[in-house]
Amino acid sequence: MPDVVLLGPQYRAPVLRDVFARLAMHGPFCTITAGWQEREAETSDLVEHLAIDVTDLRLYERAEAAFAGDSELHAAYRERQDLLREQQDLYRLRLEHAKAAWRELGEREGNAELLKRARRSALSELRRLDREHLAQLDRVHREFDARWRPAERPAVARQVQQIERLIDRTETVLIAGGHVAVLLNRLALFGLQRLLKGKRLAGWSAGAMALTETVVLFHDHPPQGRGSAEVFERGLAAVPGLVALPHAASRLALDRKERLCLFARRFAPAVCITLDQGAWLHWRGDRIVDGAYASRVTRNGRLHALASAA
Amino acid sequence: MIESTSTEHAVRPPTSPEEVEQFLAQGTFPIVDPGGVTFVFHGAAEAVYLRCWIHGLPASQPFEQIEATNLWMLRMELPPNSRIEYKFEVVRNGHGEWILDPLNPLRATDPFGANSVCQGYGYRAPEWTLADPNARAGALDELQIESRALQSTRRVALYVPARFRRTRRYPLLVVHDGEDYLRYADLRIVLDNLIHRLEIPAMIVALTQSPDRLREYGGDERHAQFIARELVPGIENRLPLLDNPASRGLMGASFGAVAALHTAWCYPGVFDRLVLQSGSFAFSDIGHHRRSPVFDPVADFVNEFRTQPGRPARRIHLSCGIYESLIYENRSLVPLLTSHGIKVRYEEVRDGHNWQNWRDRLQAALTWLFPGPLWMVYE
Repeated sequence: MPDVVLLGPQYRAPVLRDVFARLAMHGPFCTITAGWQEREAETSDLVEHLAIDVTDLRLYERAEAAFAGDSELHAAYRERQDLLREQQDLYRLRLEHAKAAWRELGEREGNAELLKRARRSALSELRRLDREHLAQLDRVHREFDARWRPAERPAVARQVQQIERLIDRTETVLIAGGHVAVLLNRLALFGLQRLLKGKRLAGWSAGAMALTETVVLFHDHPPQGRGSAEVFERGLAAVPGLVALPHAASRLALDRKERLCLFARRFAPAVCITLDQGAWLHWRGDRIVDGAYASRVTRNGRLHALASAA
Repeated sequence: MIESTSTEHAVRPPTSPEEVEQFLAQGTFPIVDPGGVTFVFHGAAEAVYLRCWIHGLPASQPFEQIEATNLWMLRMELPPNSRIEYKFEVVRNGHGEWILDPLNPLRATDPFGANSVCQGYGYRAPEWTLADPNARAGALDELQIESRALQSTRRVALYVPARFRRTRRYPLLVVHDGEDYLRYADLRIVLDNLIHRLEIPAMIVALTQSPDRLREYGGDERHAQFIARELVPGIENRLPLLDNPASRGLMGASFGAVAALHTAWCYPGVFDRLVLQSGSFAFSDIGHHRRSPVFDPVADFVNEFRTQPGRPARRIHLSCGIYESLIYENRSLVPLLTSHGIKVRYEEVRDGHNWQNWRDRLQAALTWLFPGPLWMVYE
């Protein structure tokens, strides 16, 4: 399996250039900046930082063009998005109740053995909900793909051919952060999982999330609601067995052990990794071989530094 | 002796001119503790009064002069997290003069001038109300609307978010007394910050200002027509807006809240999101309402609304300070709205009828009515 690099946010103090130099990743680079949506083409800061020109795949713009050329697909796609949103809402509703049960059991006093079993059962229920939700999402995608076969429709196929040609010219593809749903949708629409096979990959923030197997949305202090982490979609699975948590320092209550503990146990055996400013990790084969400032969330609710830069 | 509801935190008054100097030099005023607040005035006077408008307390409360000094003190109960605005009335030569608290630098301004601000124990101005250098600033534009309904030309300020793009469509929020919100409730900073923090989506905000608000905002159909039939289409012609009621909102405080509710009620299905802050929702269950004649048209509207509320919007964020005389009217509205299938978030706070109260509620209101992409964006 080729090298994959996961990084934290890059917009204030980017470390891409230093990390790529350390890993001897010299370009040329293709970039995927679909998560930036309408600003997709604004890669000048990135180019300046890398000191090398990049070819952006323009997945956001291509999707708009494909939809403009195939209104039937566009309507079906929107319908699918509505279904996915509704499925997410239903899952969220059930999740809130399951989380409340877990929380109340954590605060309750009583027979230690009974409570232990009840808590274990509440955790199993959360894990079951997550699995069931992913299965429902898979079903929606499967049915959509079977019915509409987007890859075979000329408006999409044309774009895929062009994307394939661009990717063929490079060894390394960079996936920027941004809106993770928009990014995942564009990656899926043009079948990037297949097109990126054999390439070195680097992704930061939402891009790092997209490279993992399962994308988990999280925020411990949103302005509304309690902020329960939720399974959102499948990623490209270039890095199996990891859950990427970019911006963890600002989005997670890292001082709340019980929340971190739940995070680690709920998504096990996957390992939850924080990716803050400056953090990166290098994945080769089936393991992390290098990195800096990234931490693993342990089952007892602590952060364990993965590696330090030499 | 200065009385205290919480003797544990009572302030021991100085007893000599030397102690007065020391007392004034080392303190911040008014003196706040978990049980209340001690106001202090230093200077020659025949009498000193605290002037503030807290429903349930006298509008004027006398200070006590500390013997053999020019120091005046008043101890008042003030629950934690309260915020009140006030002035001192200082009587000299038989004449009372209203002044800002000379020992307190905290001020709040409004269209009538300025007041001193007492931040009760535990109160902090929310961080999202403070200018954030990292937040990209939206722009203010201007629109002139020839209003047939109001028989005049109306100037409307438009907040256009940073990174505005014509290829994208935006929600619209129409704000009554919009320029006052900008001036006294830091609305521009709040919008910049909440958009930057992804807590609300980038949105267009129309800031209207009426030359005769007590008439136009008090349930005037011409005003409602102006907003729904002239202003909204006028903005739609100029800027890309999302074309659904859930992406359109009205906001207002005091009489502005009446105007927002009235407009939505007159044009159901146009605006599905309302922010109603300290609404002047005067009504009477029987007989005449007990407020001034300027409330007559308001009471007519609210009485009619209470009979036939319909569904002016699907979500309403309603808030009121518990130190306001309007708390009864606002509380009364909640069960009426919820019983008609409207989702209501109701917030009561220990504050008064003022702009900083309305500013402090904006995050809760806007993030509920217009949730941003916070969960989805990882830059």
